[in-house]
Amino acid sequence: MKDVNKVGKLIRIAGPVVVATGIDAEMYDLVRIGREKLMGEVIEIQNDKIIIQVYEDTSGIKPGEPVYNTGKSLSVELGPGLLTSIYDGIQRPLPVLRDQMGDFILRGVDASGLDQKKKWDFKATAKKGDSVKTGSFLGEVEETQGNMHKIMVPFGVSGKLTEINSGKFTVNDIIGYVEDANKKTHELKLKQYWPVRLPRPVAKKLMPNMPLITGQRVFDSLFTLAKGGVAAIPGPFGAGKTVSQQQLAKWCDAEIIVYIGCGERGNEMTEVLTEFPHLTDPKTGKPLMNRTVLIANTSNMPVAAREASVYTGITIAEYYRDMGYDVALMADSTSRWAEAMREISSRLEEMPGEEGYPAYLSTKLAQFYERAGRVQPLGTKKEGSVTVIGAVSPPGGDFSEPVTQNTLRVTKTFWALDAKLAQRRHFPSINWLTSYSLYLDTLEPWFADNVAPDWRQLTGDCMKILQQEEKLLEIVQLVGSDALPEKEQLTLDAARLIREFLLQQNAYHEIDTFISLQKTRLIMKTILQYYQQAQSALEHGVRVQKLLEIKSKTEIGNAKFNKDFEGILNGAQKKMEAEIRALG
Amino acid sequence: MKEYKTIKDVAGPLVFVEKTDPVGYGDLVSIRLSNGLLKNGQVLDTSEDLVVVQVFEGTSGIGKEAMVKFLGDTIKLPVSEDMLGRILNGAGKPIDNGPEIIPEKKIDIIGAAINPYARQQPADFIQTGISTIDCTNTLVRGQKLPIFSGSGLPHNEIALQIARQAKVLGAEEKFVVVFAAMGITNEEAQYFMADFERTGALQRSVVFLNLANDPAVERLVTPRMALTAAEYLAFEKDMHVLVILTDMTNYCESLREIGAAREEIPGRRGYPGYMYTDLAMIYERAGIIKGKRGSITQIPILTMPGDDITHPIADLTGYITEGQIVLSRELHRKGIYPPIDVLPSLSRLMNLGIGPKKTREDHKNVSDQLYANYAEGRDLRGLVAIVGEEALSERDRRLLKSAEEFETKFVQQNRLEDRAITDTLGIGWNLFGPIPKQELTRISPELKEKFYKEAKQVAK
Repeated sequence: MKDVNKVGKLIRIAGPVVVATGIDAEMYDLVRIGREKLMGEVIEIQNDKIIIQVYEDTSGIKPGEPVYNTGKSLSVELGPGLLTSIYDGIQRPLPVLRDQMGDFILRGVDASGLDQKKKWDFKATAKKGDSVKTGSFLGEVEETQGNMHKIMVPFGVSGKLTEINSGKFTVNDIIGYVEDANKKTHELKLKQYWPVRLPRPVAKKLMPNMPLITGQRVFDSLFTLAKGGVAAIPGPFGAGKTVSQQQLAKWCDAEIIVYIGCGERGNEMTEVLTEFPHLTDPKTGKPLMNRTVLIANTSNMPVAAREASVYTGITIAEYYRDMGYDVALMADSTSRWAEAMREISSRLEEMPGEEGYPAYLSTKLAQFYERAGRVQPLGTKKEGSVTVIGAVSPPGGDFSEPVTQNTLRVTKTFWALDAKLAQRRHFPSINWLTSYSLYLDTLEPWFADNVAPDWRQLTGDCMKILQQEEKLLEIVQLVGSDALPEKEQLTLDAARLIREFLLQQNAYHEIDTFISLQKTRLIMKTILQYYQQAQSALEHGVRVQKLLEIKSKTEIGNAKFNKDFEGILNGAQKKMEAEIRALG
Repeated sequence: MKEYKTIKDVAGPLVFVEKTDPVGYGDLVSIRLSNGLLKNGQVLDTSEDLVVVQVFEGTSGIGKEAMVKFLGDTIKLPVSEDMLGRILNGAGKPIDNGPEIIPEKKIDIIGAAINPYARQQPADFIQTGISTIDCTNTLVRGQKLPIFSGSGLPHNEIALQIARQAKVLGAEEKFVVVFAAMGITNEEAQYFMADFERTGALQRSVVFLNLANDPAVERLVTPRMALTAAEYLAFEKDMHVLVILTDMTNYCESLREIGAAREEIPGRRGYPGYMYTDLAMIYERAGIIKGKRGSITQIPILTMPGDDITHPIADLTGYITEGQIVLSRELHRKGIYPPIDVLPSLSRLMNLGIGPKKTREDHKNVSDQLYANYAEGRDLRGLVAIVGEEALSERDRRLLKSAEEFETKFVQQNRLEDRAITDTLGIGWNLFGPIPKQELTRISPELKEKFYKEAKQVAK
């Protein structure tokens, strides 16, 4: 390797973008700026000028100050200790930052992503003499209670294991050695590094074949997301996007949760940071934080770190995927990320594309979402997946803007939040007419095997009624509901039941906050059964007004808030049947 | 300190200086005009051969003869507890003919981001005495809740009423008000000052005034000065601070002006691409820090150009702040004060501040039901226009009437009326009185049991 010049000097500072000369650099090299050694990244090379985005505030920095090239690209430290952590956009733990610099985030402070001193109990599963390759499991560490962190052979290393030891180690201790084909020895540690902008390699990408169960009726029934799939939640402000995302993080059945607050509000991030540690995992009864990594980069933290935060998050997600886990990654919001790209692009004076966004916006979005998926990891037979749920915040609620449009091109599930529904306090305010999922048919066999064979039929019927309602409402707008034929008045009634009892869900109610697939199914079945029986009663001459007044319908609603849903719903089915029969 | 006489260009609010020694980004600049007058500025872009300075007082009178001095320090605000009761200009200098403020210290006005991990989650209900805020869009201590208004709407009255009446139930201490005016007219300023003086609020206020005829660029520092003062009072002097910023639209116009003068590539409607980050650095300076007794609650006011809520200023603000209070021209025309349209209004932190022990157990349910009824009632008005009221069902007619009463009884109140939250909830229940019990679907059966009967009687 030729001699590289590692120290240069700054020649221009304009906000978060600075220019240096006299330094050899490659794209995305990590550099240190000025006497305070602020962290930055090379984002453009123009002849001998190196353009750098700085992750920290640049006030007071002068031309002539030094610039150091670390020669590495922006990487995350991967190893035990990630779970339960709370990071900023470049993997600095926020609690550590608070200890070092107080309540406000100042600059020039360095902090490693992992606790360097903590000793972990490592149990080797590989043996001396084993031949190993990238991704092979060497052993495991119980990272948090019940969560086993697999220690894997780092990328680019393969050969024979010449030594491996169980025992108590820090992430920096050497746990063994690998000798490769060229007789070169590689040290093994509990931690490894990975550059955030590069997807981690896998053996094979697989088709999604099972749902991500969220416990939220509207998502599970009508707009299902597959494990390894990608969903977009666009929502104009005030539509309850944040609550929906937090509900998903709390309740979905992924094994590991990575939550990225990208350009989030400080107080809302605090809500996440204070609430998560108090949440118990419905499956294990342990704190939910035990399997969660939080990344918090609020809107007033440096813009370049915001740009990096989604990459930091997805790299951590991929790392756990490689251990054979199902990981759910929530990014709130990717619009803030796109805006960070725009802001940096405009400071670089690049030719803008649509609405000032850089022309490479769609490429970057697609590349990011493509890192989701169900995969066969390199080192294990067990499949892993990364499911990405990206929130989009279209300005003015206009879905035709570039970020939403480019996101929709690559996502298969679309949960359209609607401010109008939120105004009516219909929560979660998912618009059932504009939302869609392309996984419904792919996942049908799974639901048939694991819930009930009629699942797809029930969800299809509910959707059909809702579609009919939309058409009928247009007529009602003109002539009033009394003018409709009786049959259609009944359809409106069924649609109302679906909206109120299936689609609406109270995130703050202890029971209604999570609903099993069985319960969701029974609610759908009860409503549809009423609809069927009422329809046939109508055909036998019963007046619709009588049917609309049936009292036991409201009991379906009670079931939402009650543990004994089967008793109530079965009871409601019987009572409704009896009432309808009494009318006929 | 060296003075340079190397001004190359002057364009709009910007001065371009050549051949300087290295100058720090964001440093304060002092410019001496040929007639001896001094102007202040700040470094926006620095390189070895050219430094771009934005001049706060406008560039009139600056020529090639002017002398430029780089002060080697970023902009700082001198702070002390004596600021309370004082009126300062947009750049933080006293303009009330009072004595100079002897600073306890000087603080950088840019302000650092609060570590999200150090934040304390807001939890205390603030009673503003305005029903549409207290019940349906509750303000919580540490929140930032803007008022989205339009020209000619009474946002100033509402802001003053909040400043006057805001209190945390059970806590004796009153809010300290930091008031920052950006580009408001002299008349508006007089109105504010008169009210502050009349109610004695001035004694516990710090006022920053940048009027419409003051330099536009100065507006860029005014909110930062105000928030620096607020942070000092809240986090070092344990006070609960209410910050009112008016009018953020003028601030954004100034931001655009600077962007255009620098020939930056404009974003939506000509506003700079970094406006989101810039606004976030203002709005995010609200909240509570763990272990500190004080707090900052922020009420920014902005007038939506053309009443357009999708305008970039309103839109970006809504993405940063925790909700918004939206004023409606229609209600205003109907003579309803405060003309707060609850449907597009929202408080994202509402659930943290309400409920048993905080307000009352029925608060959330009442609010949800009011929303649902009013939304439906408003929709029906459109229908009535087509088919006439006779064609409506009985239920629809009830809702229509309920929407009307909601506006005249619940929304409408006197400018001096300080409604307790229990009274507000009582009015809500009275509106439910004429509605059959089973139609109140947003209210739990136990609460209906407890409150509905009385409401029914009042209705009769």
